[in-house]
Amino acid sequence: MSKVHVQTTINGDQVEFLCVPQQTMLEALRDVLGKLGTKEGCGTGDCGACTIMLDGRLVCSCLMLAAEAEGQELTTIEGIAGPDGLHVLQRKFLEHAALQCGICTPGFIVAAKALLDRNPNPDEGAIRYWLAGNLCRCTGYDKIVRAVQDAAKELAYQA
Amino acid sequence: MGEFAYVAPTSVADALDVLREHANNGRRAQMLAGGTDLLVQMRGLDKAPRTIVDVKKIEEANRLDIGSDEIYIGAAIPSAALNENAALKALLPGLIEAADLIGSTQIQGRATLGGNLCNASPAADTTPAMIVNRGVCVIASGGGNRELPVEAFCTGVGVNALADGEFLLGLKFPHPAARTGDAYLRFIPRTEMDIAVAGCGVSVTLDADGRCVDAAVGIGAVAPTPLKVEAAAEALIGTKVDDDALAAAGAACTAAASPITDKRGTVEYRRKVVAVLCRRTGAIARDRALGAS
Repeated sequence: MSKVHVQTTINGDQVEFLCVPQQTMLEALRDVLGKLGTKEGCGTGDCGACTIMLDGRLVCSCLMLAAEAEGQELTTIEGIAGPDGLHVLQRKFLEHAALQCGICTPGFIVAAKALLDRNPNPDEGAIRYWLAGNLCRCTGYDKIVRAVQDAAKELAYQA
Repeated sequence: MGEFAYVAPTSVADALDVLREHANNGRRAQMLAGGTDLLVQMRGLDKAPRTIVDVKKIEEANRLDIGSDEIYIGAAIPSAALNENAALKALLPGLIEAADLIGSTQIQGRATLGGNLCNASPAADTTPAMIVNRGVCVIASGGGNRELPVEAFCTGVGVNALADGEFLLGLKFPHPAARTGDAYLRFIPRTEMDIAVAGCGVSVTLDADGRCVDAAVGIGAVAPTPLKVEAAAEALIGTKVDDDALAAAGAACTAAASPITDKRGTVEYRRKVVAVLCRRTGAIARDRALGAS
């Protein structure tokens, strides 16, 4: 089977890889590029564990072909922390114990960052609606919502 | 059987060439827009190899034009981009609300009007909303583009009117007349992220006295395809879209419905709910028309 050559940008780095045509971006991230932060939950776009940013939009990487990444800019969970350490959201998820098993966490962090980048001061309803595509079977969501609210507060204080 | 391949043509002509070549060689080609239905189907229902033809690099599939006569929405534009367009949202609020009901933030980053229509689900939320806004499909075809009203596009459950070698390029809507309002509501047992038990779109145009001079009603999830209900529109035209007129339009929707019983609802329930939705949707469309300049 002929492979597809893809040139793309992931977390600011130029990346080239080969994939098979039907391979998803999630599979390419994990199996070809060794970026294991992005998780597979359902594989059908329902759970949000595989959430990444694609050209400024939140997408499920399980519902995207790797070949579609050609010429695009992707951000994965590995691109969220800065050179000085964890992103505020990552710190707040730890402080609030907003995770237990952790499979959903990368997706929640990427999605929550996209929310705060657009709306620095979301109310609880806005957070819950924005994150409705991210499922967590451990926490019951309250701790996640509080972590995002607290991160928003700290980011506002820094700004 | 062949094997999987991926191509992303950059022009309509190139895309049509790919489709023609595959048809001539007896090989399967399938169009890809947002992929939110296609990739799920490829993992489950239909794993057979094919050439995936990505339409997202084609300019006409990505163009959004808001003209004084006509609005053109490329088939590959994601819902999130439509929702962020304030001018479009002001002109066709019901259509954008319908798009906004589908899936999560992540799904809306990819899912498209064109894909929702081509997938031809009876419960597709945007289809009734496109029907009531007099949507017309712009179909790329070997002999040049051809056009088809949205209500004629879905021909059965999961089946559409595209012939071999054709694909959906975009959707056209006439610029709404003065004092026009549209709305779309669906019923689901949850607060969001579910598939419609029933759905209804309404568009009304009022005269200066608030009397309805034009109307369209579309229903979804209550028949093998989304339907345009002419009898419901006729029940609104000439009225002030008051409770009696809305009740008559709702009864026309119930009469037009031919639903099935499944895990989401029974035949009786769907026929009843589609009337309720028509009354509520019609009232919202009317109030929008009254508020519109």
